Amino acid sequence: MTVAARNSIPALAGLDDLDRAIINGLQGGFPVCDEPFAAVGADLGVDGDEVAARIENLLAVGALSRFGPLYHAEELGGGLALCAMKVPEADFDRVADQVNAFPEVAHNYARDHAFNMWFVLATETPEGIGETAGRIERATGLRVYTMPKLQEFFVGLRFEV
Amino acid sequence: MALTDRDRRLAAAIEDGLPLVERPYAEIGARAGLSEDEVIAGLARLRDLGVIKRFGVVVRHHELGYRANAMVVWDVPDDRVADLGNCFGKFDFVTLCYRRPRRLPDWPYNLFCMVHGRARETVLEQVEFLARSCGVTDLRHEVLFSGTRFKQRGARYRRGEARKEAAE
Repeated sequence: MTVAARNSIPALAGLDDLDRAIINGLQGGFPVCDEPFAAVGADLGVDGDEVAARIENLLAVGALSRFGPLYHAEELGGGLALCAMKVPEADFDRVADQVNAFPEVAHNYARDHAFNMWFVLATETPEGIGETAGRIERATGLRVYTMPKLQEFFVGLRFEV
Repeated sequence: MALTDRDRRLAAAIEDGLPLVERPYAEIGARAGLSEDEVIAGLARLRDLGVIKRFGVVVRHHELGYRANAMVVWDVPDDRVADLGNCFGKFDFVTLCYRRPRRLPDWPYNLFCMVHGRARETVLEQVEFLARSCGVTDLRHEVLFSGTRFKQRGARYRRGEARKEAAE
C-alpha cells in the first residue's frame, strides 16, 4: 500500500515500521515465557518496554481489537453458531435493534443478499443456541437460520499492514 | 481430556487480554492464584487442548483498510467438502473456512470461506482465482459482501467465564 493510501486510513496514519512489524509479527503468536515483551523486543531491536508501549497505543488507536488469547467457545463448553435472517428491507433497522439487544449476539453484519442479516450467537451452553434463536424469532417474527460450524479447515489468519 | 477448575480459572483470568507489564504471566497468576510457572504451563496446556485457538494480537481488519469483506458460500457435494476446504485454506486471502449445514430448500450452501481485501474488485478476482485453482468453477457459489457492521465484539459468558469470539 502506498503512503498516501495508508494515511487515508485513520488507524494506519502515523504507524511506523516498528508498529507494522509488531502487528504483522504478533498475529501468529506471542511468546509464553517469563519476559515475553523483552523476547519480542530482542527480535525487533528494541527493549520490552517499547514493545508494550506500542501495543498499548495500537489498542488505543483501534488498529488492534485484542491482545491475548482467542478461545474456542466449544472447548470451553459454550455454544457458538453463525446465524442468518431474511429481513424485509423496510423492517431492517427495527429488526437490527431487536437482534442486537440480545447479549448473546456478536458480530452482526448486513450483507447484500436475500439472507441480509448475519450474526454470531455465543451462549453459555450448546443448548443455549436453539433457545436464543427461538427467542429472537419470537421477538422479530422472522425465522433464524442457525448454521453452526461442522468442520473447520486450517487457514493462517493474518492481515499484512 | 476434560477441563479442570484450574484451566477455567486461568482462561477467565486472561480473557480481557494480557497485561502490558514486564512479567504479564506473573500478574495473571496473581489474579488466578497460580505461580508464574503454573500460568506458563497452563497456557501451553490450554493451547494443546485446543481451548486457545490463537494467542497474540487481533487486528481490526476494517480499521486497517480491509474494507471489502466477503463471505463466499459454495454448494459442494458432501464427499468433496474436505478436499475443497483444505484447498481453499492454502490461499493467503482466505481468512476462515468452515463446513456448515445446508438449510434446504432456502439455503443450499455448505462450505463457507471469508475473503478479506482492500477493494471489492480485488476480492472478486481472488474468488475467481480460488475457483480456478481448486478446479471448481462449475460449482454453484455466491459472494456476499458486508455492508453495515452493527456490532463487533466478543460475546461473554454471563457467569464471567472466558470470552468467546468468532472471527467472523
